[in-house]
Amino acid sequence: VTRSSSAIAGARPFEGSDLPANAAALYPQSTGPEGLQRLEAAWARPARFGLLTEINNNHIGVLYIVTGFLFFLGAGVLALLMRIQLAYPGNTFLDPATYNQFFTMHGTVMMFLFSVPIVEAFAVLLLPSMLGTRDMPFPRLSALGYWCYAFGGVLVFVSLFFKIAPDGGWFMYPPLTGPKYSPGINTDVWILGLGFVEIAAIAAAVELIVGILKTRAPGMSLSRMPVFAWYMLVTAGMIMVGMPAVIAADILLELERAFGMPFYDATRGGDPLLWQHLFWLFGHPEVYIIFLPAAGMVSMMLPTFTRAPLVGYTWVVLSAIAVGFLSFGLWVHHMFATGLPLLSLGFFSAASSAIAIPMGIQVFAWIATLWDGKPMLRVPMLFILGFLCIFTLGGLTGVMVAAVPYDWQVHDSYFVVAHFHYVLIGGMVFPIFAALYYWTPTVTGRMLSERVGRWAFGLMFVGFNAAFLPMHLTGLLGMPRRVYTYPADIGWNTLNLVSSVFSFVFAAGVLLVLVDWVRHWRGGGQVPHNPWDAPSLEWMAGLGVAHSFRSLMPISSRYPLWEQKGLKEDETAGRGYLPDAPTTEREALITTPISAEPVQIIRLPQPGWTAFVASLATAIALAAATLKIPSAAAVAGVIAASAFIRWLWVLDGPVPHGLADAGRDLALPLYKNDSASVGWWGLSVLLVSDAAVLASFAFAYLFLWTSRPASWPPDGSMLPGFVLPAAAVLLVACAALLFRAAERQIRRDRRSPAVWSLLVGALAGLGACWLVWGWPASLGISPTGHSYGAAAWTLAGYAVFHIGIGAAMALWCALRLALGMIDSWRCLTVRLCLLWWGFTVAVTAFALLLIAGFPHVVH
Amino acid sequence: MSRSSPCLLAAWGVAGITGCAGRQSALDPAGPSAAAIHTLGIAMWVGAALVTLLVIVLMLVPFIRKRPRPANRRLFLWGGGVALPLVTLMALVPYVLTVGQETRASTAPEALSIDVTGHLYWWEVSYRRAGSPPGANSANELRIPVGEPVELLLRSVDVIHSFWVPRLAGKIDMIPGRVNRMVIQADQPGRFRGQCAEYCGTQHTLMAFEVLAVPRAEFDVWLQQMNHPAPHPQTPELRAGRDLFVSMGCGACHAVRGVAQGRLGPDLTSVGSRSLIGAGALPGGVGNIAGWIASAQHLKPGNGMPSYDQLEGTQLRALSNYLDSLK
Repeated sequence: VTRSSSAIAGARPFEGSDLPANAAALYPQSTGPEGLQRLEAAWARPARFGLLTEINNNHIGVLYIVTGFLFFLGAGVLALLMRIQLAYPGNTFLDPATYNQFFTMHGTVMMFLFSVPIVEAFAVLLLPSMLGTRDMPFPRLSALGYWCYAFGGVLVFVSLFFKIAPDGGWFMYPPLTGPKYSPGINTDVWILGLGFVEIAAIAAAVELIVGILKTRAPGMSLSRMPVFAWYMLVTAGMIMVGMPAVIAADILLELERAFGMPFYDATRGGDPLLWQHLFWLFGHPEVYIIFLPAAGMVSMMLPTFTRAPLVGYTWVVLSAIAVGFLSFGLWVHHMFATGLPLLSLGFFSAASSAIAIPMGIQVFAWIATLWDGKPMLRVPMLFILGFLCIFTLGGLTGVMVAAVPYDWQVHDSYFVVAHFHYVLIGGMVFPIFAALYYWTPTVTGRMLSERVGRWAFGLMFVGFNAAFLPMHLTGLLGMPRRVYTYPADIGWNTLNLVSSVFSFVFAAGVLLVLVDWVRHWRGGGQVPHNPWDAPSLEWMAGLGVAHSFRSLMPISSRYPLWEQKGLKEDETAGRGYLPDAPTTEREALITTPISAEPVQIIRLPQPGWTAFVASLATAIALAAATLKIPSAAAVAGVIAASAFIRWLWVLDGPVPHGLADAGRDLALPLYKNDSASVGWWGLSVLLVSDAAVLASFAFAYLFLWTSRPASWPPDGSMLPGFVLPAAAVLLVACAALLFRAAERQIRRDRRSPAVWSLLVGALAGLGACWLVWGWPASLGISPTGHSYGAAAWTLAGYAVFHIGIGAAMALWCALRLALGMIDSWRCLTVRLCLLWWGFTVAVTAFALLLIAGFPHVVH
Repeated sequence: MSRSSPCLLAAWGVAGITGCAGRQSALDPAGPSAAAIHTLGIAMWVGAALVTLLVIVLMLVPFIRKRPRPANRRLFLWGGGVALPLVTLMALVPYVLTVGQETRASTAPEALSIDVTGHLYWWEVSYRRAGSPPGANSANELRIPVGEPVELLLRSVDVIHSFWVPRLAGKIDMIPGRVNRMVIQADQPGRFRGQCAEYCGTQHTLMAFEVLAVPRAEFDVWLQQMNHPAPHPQTPELRAGRDLFVSMGCGACHAVRGVAQGRLGPDLTSVGSRSLIGAGALPGGVGNIAGWIASAQHLKPGNGMPSYDQLEGTQLRALSNYLDSLK
């Protein structure tokens, strides 16, 4: 009864698996108790300290959310301290230096350590079960991202207690943050900590994109996907494209601070506006990176509380995508006061306003959903209504600041402070609190208190509006942002006092939620499954079980728990896919990106120390380097490197050739070594970010030329020739071709010629590194004398970095090949390295062509 | 639940329309540029209030209606989602661009042109253009004739600052390596307070200045005065003050026309006539000048001026009386 034999002929629900009708599948699945036993053993959570080794996204997601909320509380306390300082004119509660550190940290922590991580955290926690999978494909990467975020964030935050916290504003405009005007390590702390957080954000984004596209439940085609997954897909894509701009800006700033390469220093051909372009090229999309996931959560909660499907699913999805695209065309509206030509301001003004259309569609789709059903006024719904009120006004003041002349008045005044708190607290914090009340039962099995929640909402709503609405007026009365005090006779006293008092009312509401959460966490009655009678799959997942589902059910509806009768029973009875873990490893089902047909069973990494050790050692190494303790930095650096090497070493382990039983009479391969593998998708997504970093460096080069066209190239440097760069590109192309030849040989299992091709390819790569690195010096281009040299060296350096990694990959593959760890079947490593080499050829050609060709064009 | 917001909104509306006094208020415009922006602001606030109200009402209807009725999808999505923002924006964007064009209108070449340079944390002001005498410098105070467009050329020597006099015009940044231009005009005489609007470091807060609009005749007299060195001190105490100014090396940083040519700190030729000391750290007056000299680092930590707390009482009095006499 309990053995499902895949040899049984039966209707195969999905086309596309290459199972011959009578083949015996490996690892037969069992739907009985012994299958469940194996499943539970494979997903068992390590105990005590071992918990640090757990990498399951369900677990990491909870850590992520808790950490994010702690940062929210910390930054909130900073805000309250600032409000005390501003309650009265001439107050001396905080001295100027401390106040400057506080507002810098408030902004930095809220934007980088709370907002972006927490929305990704909710996705990491909820998406696997919402998509009907056990886990997403790269849990170890998620764990690495989480630990990087936690260590980097703590590093930045504790700097406050040593009075070395960043103090240049969360936007860190040079030259104020350059080596001349910020000689202390405060700015380095910011760059270092944020570097970690950016790595974490990108790691989570890779996981989310590949997870959403490749690990959905069978049958959950794109059009049946929960709308939150759509929002997260757009958000993660925006992170992959947008985050690199600020990473590049940070790298350039640190190069200027540590090595004196002038990018932002106007006295040596740099331009402070370069930073603003790069920063806001990311910074503006960031607002939507924060808002879209929150909007996605609202779109998930509304159907539950109205008992009606979301109105205009397609409209909403298309709006989210439109917002994603438009958000990259708006960054200049943070720079309206920098003196750019009115024509370009007009363009950005219109583009900024245009985003009101997809926003309007979403708001009206939500309202229509309310109209369609019978809405219930539970706590999450209260927070959603609060969100609609506040966010609408925030969006409308956004249209006002997008109006160029109006922005000239209100920019950098308290009006803008009011505006973006309406957008961010209204558009993101209220939905997050709704989500907290809504989804807490999926984690703890207990509900938060309805009564406390109502009080908390009331305090937060009233406190928020009474604190921030007056700030519009304060700003119009002329109060600039980021001032630690103000004159008493200028008409701002009452307004500031009101804002200060009600900020504490808002904080009281947050505190109430915190108390409620702690109370609920310590005990209380369990609620039944799916207490809200919600339609989506995360409410079907088993409580407190890491594998989420006994079996993975085929999905045929957008609202499966409402429309697919008996789904829960079938799932628990093991009538779906993978009801067992016969390999004793953690497994998930890979499906096709569009129609979600199952095509592969992947083995997920087991719990392990690598992610934790790698991130901790990296954090220590970089912190020690910042604090100038070279010995500690070296030791920690070696440990970190070993951890990463170990990680890579165990990747692409041995896998049997045959098809394995997936349950429901389907047999699937356990391994893909081509572009269908998740590894290939993960690397491709990562290369998009890599290309965006390169584009940012190229933008820096071209932008610096536009601001200093007369001295490009500056006196004393020769015009670059084309022979050497052409030779270098040729050499890199040769190395790539050798790598490709090696890959061909490997597919024919001809090991020794493959090893030789790889070794010669690595040698060619190293030769190219040497050529490219020496080239700018031979032209008399100094990296520190003028922005021209700094920009050219950065581009060349980025090419060298890629070629160097490629050479290391060739040696790595040669070693694994020699040890028999690569063969014609198990060759994904080689394929991925080949992808890198192809990309490297493009990077090198592009960078060198720009450096060599552009001075000729403008000369 | 939204009990607090409508009444606050109303309070705001009343304040906004009746005009809010205040030396630095964008709601009390005293020049054409600020006035045009203020009108634009009122129009946009009225629109925003109406849309917010519409959304709140539509949102609450399902909770209070007796019989549920499904939403008209076409009306909500096409009407509310597409048509409403589209129509509003199509009206708004041309209006906005027109206002932008007007507020950046250029001046005739013979009009007055002033160089304003941002420093950590003070403003250098020079009247270098046609008709202005050489060395016509000032600091933390711009004197302009009433009713005329005045061109400002804005620079910075260190970090980014932003020039903002809300009663006259919007702000524009002062960026190292760039020169930004703006035109201001005051339609009535008076003192208009301005303040740095781009965070520029420890004392960004205390980087204020004033624009002093005076009738043209008075302005011309004042500008002509710039041809002459600062008047000689008349009393022994003032002379002692001047000698201290010279002997203590104040002139290494500060200029007093005819006495010293320092350029690192504010020009003090007419410091006695200013209503702000230390770019807004203190109001003017001899007592505050003395206080500033003795404890500048205490009053404005991190600014470029050391505290001269080793001066004897008589010396401090003489020096501050001398400076206060420079009108």
